[in-house]
Amino acid sequence: MEKKAGPAGKSSQGIRIKGRFVEEEKQAVYKKSIYKKLIKTKPCGFHRVAIENLKVQAGSTTILENVSLSIACGALTVIIGKNGAGKSTLIKSILKEVPYEGLIEFRDLKDNSIGNLRVGYVPQNLNIEKNAPVSVYDLVAAYTTNVPVFLHKSKKLYAEIKERLQVFDGGELIDKQVGDLSGGELQRVLLTIACTPVPNLLILDEPVSGIDRNGRKLFYKILNDLKQQYDLSVILVSHDLELTAEYADNVVLLDRTVLKEGPACEVMGSKEFKEVFGYAAF
Amino acid sequence: MQLFELLQYDFMKNALLAVLIITPLFGILGTLIVNHRMAFFSDALGHSAFTGMAIGVLFGIGNTSLSMILFAVAFALLLNYIRHKNVVSSDTVISVFSSLSVAVGLAILSRNGNFSKYSALLVGDILSITRKEIISLLVILVITLVFWYAAYNGLHSIGINSSLAKSKGIPVTLLDNAFVVLVAVIVMLSVRWVGILIINALLILPAAAARNIASDNREYHLFSVMISVFSGVLGLVLSYYLNVAAGPMLVLVASIIFFVTFLARKLFHI
Repeated sequence: MEKKAGPAGKSSQGIRIKGRFVEEEKQAVYKKSIYKKLIKTKPCGFHRVAIENLKVQAGSTTILENVSLSIACGALTVIIGKNGAGKSTLIKSILKEVPYEGLIEFRDLKDNSIGNLRVGYVPQNLNIEKNAPVSVYDLVAAYTTNVPVFLHKSKKLYAEIKERLQVFDGGELIDKQVGDLSGGELQRVLLTIACTPVPNLLILDEPVSGIDRNGRKLFYKILNDLKQQYDLSVILVSHDLELTAEYADNVVLLDRTVLKEGPACEVMGSKEFKEVFGYAAF
Repeated sequence: MQLFELLQYDFMKNALLAVLIITPLFGILGTLIVNHRMAFFSDALGHSAFTGMAIGVLFGIGNTSLSMILFAVAFALLLNYIRHKNVVSSDTVISVFSSLSVAVGLAILSRNGNFSKYSALLVGDILSITRKEIISLLVILVITLVFWYAAYNGLHSIGINSSLAKSKGIPVTLLDNAFVVLVAVIVMLSVRWVGILIINALLILPAAAARNIASDNREYHLFSVMISVFSGVLGLVLSYYLNVAAGPMLVLVASIIFFVTFLARKLFHI
C-alpha cells in the first residue's frame, strides 16, 4: 500500500497508466512464450520450394509457361503483375487445384532430399455472408481439427485456438461471428488457420479491397515477423506496390512467364516493370 | 386428453413416429444444404423421384424405391459434377436436367392415362407409412449421425472455401460426393411420405429459419432440429383436426416460423 501511494500513484490516472504498462509487459512475455511453443526451428536457409518449367494450359490458351522459381525459407517473395497475368493460376497450381506440366517440389539443399511440401494458404476471401452462423472458433476448429463443431465446445480446444489466434493478436476474436469481422481481422484469423500446423510454404492472396492502409501495413509487418521466426517460405500475391517495395525480399514480375525477378529495387526499376505498369518505381 | 385422442389410431402413431425421425434428419441435413447454397440442387433432386419411379415401372422392378434411389444417386453425382465444372452458370444447367428428368418421368408414368396412380407421389401420404419403412428411416438417421460426426468439419470447411479446405488436406471431392449421395438416398426414402412438391421446403426452411437467429454452429444445429421437429409434430396434429394433408400443414408451420425468426432478427438485431 505504502509503495503504491508513491509519487506516480498519487492521482488515479497515474495508477491506471502504471497498471496498463504492467498489463502490456505481461502480454509481451506471454506472447513470447507462445512463439517459443509454436516455433520449432528458425529459418535455416537450406529449404527451397523449387518450381521448374511450370506450364499451365486452359483449353488451347496457355496461361503460364516457362515459370521457374526458387523460393528460399525465411524470405518473402512477392508476385506482382497485371490482372490476368496468371498470378492466381500460379497459386492454384502450387495448391494442385489446376493440372500443370513441370515440377513443383520442396527441397532440402543440405542433403538434397525432397521433402513433403506442406502448404498453408490464405485465400482472398471466404464464401460467407454477414449473418452466417459461424463463429471464429467454428471456422478455425473445422479447418484444423476433427472435433465436430456442431457439438458442444471443447474447452481444451477453445483455449488452444485462442492461444493460436493470439499469436496474430486475434485472441479476442474467438467468439465473434465470422461475418462481423473486418477485413484485417479476417486476414489474421485466416493466417492462424494457415499456420496450424506450421507449413513449409505459406501462400497468401492479398484481398484487392476491404482493408485500409494501416491494416495492410500491419499485415505486412506480421508477415515480416513470421518469416523471421518460422522456418517457412512466404509467397504473397500483392496489389500494393508501395508496401511490396518496402517489405519484399524478392519480387517476381509475372506476365504469362517470369518477366523479371530479384530484389524490389531491381525489379521495380527495370524496363520490364515500366512496360507492364507504365512507370518505373525507382 | 383430447390431444392424445389421435394416438389411438395405429396410422397416427406410425405417422408420428415417422415425423419424429424424418424431421430431425431434415433439420440436420438442411444446415449444410443451406451453407453450400444447394437449395436448388436438392429441389432438382426431389423432382428426379418421378424418373426413378418411372424407370422402376418400365423395367418391372417390384420395389420402385430401389430404382428411385439408384437413379437419384446417379443424378446427384452428375449434378454435382456439373456444379463444379463452372462452365455454364450452374443453376441453368441444374434446371435443364431437372426439367428433363421430370419430363421423362411424367412421360413414362402417364402412358395410357395411368398417371393418377402415381399422383400420390406429388403430395405424399405420411399416414400410410408402415413399421418396416419406419425402421429403414431410423437406420438412415443413425447412418447420417455417424456421417455427420465424421465429416461435418470437412464439409463445413469446403462450403466456406474449397481451396483452403484442400490445402488443409481435406478430401474435398470425396466428401462432397458422399454428401450429395446421402442427400439423394434420404430424399428418396422420404419422398413418398412427404411429397415431391414440398420435400425441399422441409429441407430448407428449418435451417433457413435457424440461420436467422443462430450465431454459431451449435445454435444453428440446435435451432434447426428444434424448429423442424416442432413444425413436424404441430403440422401433423393440425392436419388431423383440420382434415388437411400433413405435408402442406407442416410446411405452413415451418414457413411461419421462418418469418417470425426473420422479423426477430430485424427487430432485435440478433
